[in-house]
Amino acid sequence: MDVVWLSRLQFAAAAMFHFLFVPLTLGLSFLTAIYQTLWLKTGDEDYKRAARFWGKLFLINFGLGVVTGITLEFQFGTNWSAYSQYVGDIFGPLLAIEATLAFFLESTFIAVWWFGWKKLSPKVTTAAIWLTAVGSNISALWILLANGWMQHPVGYVLRNGRAELASFWKVVTNPFGWLEFLHTVPSGYVVAGFFVLGISACHLLRKRDVSLFKKSFKVAAIWSLVWALVIAVTGDFHAYEVAKNQPEKLAAMEAVWKTEKHVPFSLILVPSESKEKNIVDALQIPGLLSFLAYHDFNAEIKGLKDFPKDERPPVAPTFWSFRLMVLIGFLLIILGIWAVVRREEPEKHPGMLRILFASMFLPYLGCQFGWIVAEVGRQPWIVYKLMKTSQAVSPISATQVMISLPAFIVVYAVLGAICFWLIGYHAMKGPEKEEPAGEITY
Amino acid sequence: MEGNAFQIVWFILWAILWTGYFVLDGFDLGAGSLIYVLGRTEEDRRAIYNSIGPFWDGNEVWLITAGGATFAAFPKTYAVMFSAFYSALLLLLFCLIIRGVAVEYRNKFDSKAWKTLWDVGFFLGSVLPAFLLGVAFANIFEGIPIDKNGIYHGSFWTLLHPYSIIAGVFFVICFAMHGANWIAFRTEGELSERAGSVARKLWGLSVVLAAIFFLASYLSTNLWDNYARHLGLLVFPAIAVIGFFVVPGGLVTKNYLMAWIGSCLVILGFSAWAFAGLFPNMLPSSLNPAWSLTCFNSSSSLLTLEIMTAVALIFVPIMLGYTFWAYKIFAFNKKSSQPAQ
Repeated sequence: MDVVWLSRLQFAAAAMFHFLFVPLTLGLSFLTAIYQTLWLKTGDEDYKRAARFWGKLFLINFGLGVVTGITLEFQFGTNWSAYSQYVGDIFGPLLAIEATLAFFLESTFIAVWWFGWKKLSPKVTTAAIWLTAVGSNISALWILLANGWMQHPVGYVLRNGRAELASFWKVVTNPFGWLEFLHTVPSGYVVAGFFVLGISACHLLRKRDVSLFKKSFKVAAIWSLVWALVIAVTGDFHAYEVAKNQPEKLAAMEAVWKTEKHVPFSLILVPSESKEKNIVDALQIPGLLSFLAYHDFNAEIKGLKDFPKDERPPVAPTFWSFRLMVLIGFLLIILGIWAVVRREEPEKHPGMLRILFASMFLPYLGCQFGWIVAEVGRQPWIVYKLMKTSQAVSPISATQVMISLPAFIVVYAVLGAICFWLIGYHAMKGPEKEEPAGEITY
Repeated sequence: MEGNAFQIVWFILWAILWTGYFVLDGFDLGAGSLIYVLGRTEEDRRAIYNSIGPFWDGNEVWLITAGGATFAAFPKTYAVMFSAFYSALLLLLFCLIIRGVAVEYRNKFDSKAWKTLWDVGFFLGSVLPAFLLGVAFANIFEGIPIDKNGIYHGSFWTLLHPYSIIAGVFFVICFAMHGANWIAFRTEGELSERAGSVARKLWGLSVVLAAIFFLASYLSTNLWDNYARHLGLLVFPAIAVIGFFVVPGGLVTKNYLMAWIGSCLVILGFSAWAFAGLFPNMLPSSLNPAWSLTCFNSSSSLLTLEIMTAVALIFVPIMLGYTFWAYKIFAFNKKSSQPAQ
């Protein structure tokens, strides 16, 4: 295994692992803030206990999101130094802004929220959890603008053997980046929504703290459905942007081999990369793919065979991840509708509750598939049409990465398992009956 | 690229970010290093964890920002430095990961085995990063074997040599003194007294190591060269020396906040001394000075530096404002938290 492959696997592992925790952070911060605000407005103790309960679970998850994020910042330099030098003028500031605007905000105010619970007024701690949520979401914006630039580089000029910034405005208004943001962040909101639905379902099935969990359920049901629908809408806009700017990725996502107009959407499709065609192609809806991609039933879609072989992304991972992601998206909408319809008396529908509990992992999977489409679908480019991944690695020995990659996998697997176990333990323990005496501590 | 004022501005901001990181994460890494020395009982240990609880995460963000600023303002230095220090950086990373998780998870489950395990993680995740940071920066001060293409001709072991090991030990002891002062300030009763007494011993050790480190830097690096040319820069090591007087002044009078401010001055003075001595280098080449990376030959374009400056001017004061406010409500009002059960 050469240093390029090892480094790619390492980055993929680190990024996918980081993204096990970030979506929940993005959404649960807002949900906790909502519950706490509802407490402020209604004075209902159930909402206060809910805010503390969901906030505690948020805190356990947040820590792992933070520490796995540092890994990624380091990794641009450690494993991808050629990339860092080439794009640092544009990519670097986006990361530095993320740290300055967002990381300080979320890290400071989550501590204010937790440790200040008794010391500060409810209004101040409520503001603190809102600021934490805002901070996390601002951080998502800047990193997605950075990734958006990798997918669709704008506002730069090639000079001095590298990409140099020509227009900061173009970089921060890059539609590709914004559409990534409008699609990725709601996916985090849905992860959080189903997290709350699933755990609430568990307690409702066991008839524990029914009043609190009914209220949690109701808010989370509406939240989940709204954002699941937003994901579908922004997903469509985003795919349209991909079709415009990254036709190879579109062709791989949809396994289009031959260039043609009025391309149908096939409900059942199995591509074969070696044969450069689809070996199963059934249940076609005429013209639908052209419409989805270009909003025109007669639009021409360029097929993979008309791109040079070394510029095509790997078809199987891109295709299957995309399809599974969309399938999950639709399932979540259906489950969301069901939860919303039954939101007033969910405890009377144990079948639904069991299914919701079992479905908690689905949004997580959707997020991972989405990122595989985004990143694997961009290959062989690390910056689309500007720099290939194979040119981007550091001049380091493969041996170093042969040691660090398994080390990451082991350490992350252990910490991840501990995190999910600890979340499960506290989730099942349920909300505290009353607040701890004395000062709030660890 | 021709030299411009923004490159100098960003060298200074880069130095300030690293200095801020050492002053802030220094005391929580130091506190963690002392978990076994000072944490004799379960109550003691909980008190130590809680003394840094509201602060450690925000402090660590200074590291992320310093790294991000290096990337944004000096991408060539970022690229060469991070790939050359591969193994040391990843080791630092694993330690910081374990430290963060340990602080957050240790008290979330009631089992002696669980707590013991995380205490080990907290300890190693505090001591080792201090040591590795010392080693890393010593190599930055001394220079590493990079060629004219920025390719590093060495390994992890190249980074370990007498000067860098002295630096590593110095960082560990200095951070520990800083952490002891913080624990003394933030806790009460017997634990606070013991922390003060440990701080005194660490202070003595730090003074000796500081002298050794100043001397070793004279022998192994060019850090003192700028000082010969610009005597005004001596204000920086003077701050460190003043700090070394303020610390025992505070410890003797049991004004632990003053002692902590003293150790802040020590770390601030040392960092400023080192970065002022390093200027304009950012990563010297031990093979050939002409191949050194400086703030003039490794920076981003002028436009990027200008934009980053605007961002910094607007948002850093805001960040400093709410950071100071958080410290005020959790630490600097004199009814500081009791170590609760």
